[in-house]
Amino acid sequence: MVCDQCKERDAVVHLTQIVENAVSQVHLCEQCAAARGIETTVAEPKHPLGDFLQAVQQQAAQLPGDAARCAYCGTSLRDFRASGRLGCAHCYGAFEQSLRELLRRVHGSTRHEGWRYASADPEAVTREQTLHTLREQLQQAVADEAFELAASLRDQIRGLE
Amino acid sequence: MTLDLSLLPDGGLHWLTASGEHAGIVLSSRIRLARNLAGYAFPPRAREGERLRVLHQLREAAGRVRSLRDAAFVRVDECTPQERLLLHERHLVSRELAGLDQPAGTAPGGGAVFVTGEAGVMVNEEDHLRLQVFRSGFDVTGALRDAAQLDRELGAEVPYAWHQEFGFLTACPTNTGTGMRASVLIHLPGLVLTQEIGKVLQGLQHMGLTYRGLYGEGSDVLGNFFQISNQTTLGRGEEELADQLVRVVRRVIEREEEARRVLLRDAGYIIEDKLWRAYGTLRHARTLPADEAMNLLSGVRLAAGLNLFSGLSVYTLNKLLIFSQSAHLAQAAGRVLTEGEANLARAKYVRTVLASEAQLSG
Repeated sequence: MVCDQCKERDAVVHLTQIVENAVSQVHLCEQCAAARGIETTVAEPKHPLGDFLQAVQQQAAQLPGDAARCAYCGTSLRDFRASGRLGCAHCYGAFEQSLRELLRRVHGSTRHEGWRYASADPEAVTREQTLHTLREQLQQAVADEAFELAASLRDQIRGLE
Repeated sequence: MTLDLSLLPDGGLHWLTASGEHAGIVLSSRIRLARNLAGYAFPPRAREGERLRVLHQLREAAGRVRSLRDAAFVRVDECTPQERLLLHERHLVSRELAGLDQPAGTAPGGGAVFVTGEAGVMVNEEDHLRLQVFRSGFDVTGALRDAAQLDRELGAEVPYAWHQEFGFLTACPTNTGTGMRASVLIHLPGLVLTQEIGKVLQGLQHMGLTYRGLYGEGSDVLGNFFQISNQTTLGRGEEELADQLVRVVRRVIEREEEARRVLLRDAGYIIEDKLWRAYGTLRHARTLPADEAMNLLSGVRLAAGLNLFSGLSVYTLNKLLIFSQSAHLAQAAGRVLTEGEANLARAKYVRTVLASEAQLSG
């Protein structure tokens, strides 16, 4: 069977179309099908984790932090890369830089826009908020090479954790 | 421990009742929220003792949570492999929590599930908590409302792992943020037969949605049943994510109905013949492998949707789908069945149910 469009090559795509309630069959070669934007196979559901882990890999290649470990549960960035699973809530802080990049790739955003959590333990929330602020200050201090300040912030963070 | 599912509220199968909107096409709607408890490693990293402490804390808290007060509680890690498969076939427990892929059929320690009429809470799956609410038919909004309520009540009793910027923290970063997966289990034989399905599934991915088979992640698409759900969980609110799913699924339903109309008009007798043959096989076969049964049931479901048969309810079709599966047949037989025995038992069960329904006229 030749292609309905170019009338030259063999038709390999047989398309059943429903236009205004009428069924019609179109037979196209690969090139003409592609030109019409028709894919020849049903795409596999795209699993974001593949891209995601690849990104961790790239990130890890650039950073010497591959062996970096979460102080709370001992998970390393390398473990995460192998399993795709973080070890605990503190890993989000320990690998924040890498994760931020990855979350953006997977979700297109890093900012939660949904329900806010009013904790069972208000003290825990306050503590988390303080920790969040301290971690941001620590990042800035490291960037500014203010190492004394960074050390003191790190101690405060450890104390709260 | 002997697992008696009849003790569960509605057998955990309230969603089979086919009471919701578009119940012929959409079997069920589901909201799943992933949550973790602050202060413990996530289950894949946690030691057994830690997982048991999590379970203990949750069990204690559940008594104070109104939505869970009357829930049945099942220690999945203490169930036999057969019982775990049974819970999985009912969609009460995921493949992972049932330990179906583990060697020697061991289930992860501390694994458990709370079950109420329409809700369930899996404990120590990939995350400490997987809150689930099922609704019969197309009712994502209703499921979301109930899930929000359950989440608020439970979150007030146990401290969740939470981050000001990232939201709810989960073991896998693909769930971070809302931790929400909103999904519908939908039957699309019309789009498959008209070969429109490829385009529709591709379209889903452009709309931030994804699809899987009947039993979720990693399961095959069988009997033209698809599970459609949101792909991302961060950066958009729960209601917005659910609304997007509802909008797109509404459009998919329209296209499915359109495809069915076209099939009936342009290939009426071919379709009719095919579907009656499916019914004939189910009604009279003496042995039925699981995959074949699923495909034939899909045909009969389509026939009922096209009003080719009268007297066969969607509820019966839903029931057949679950109760004709291996672990359910074994439960009914009271013993473990070989594959051959299960095929015989399946054929007999399906014949009996169809015979007891009103005589069909075509």
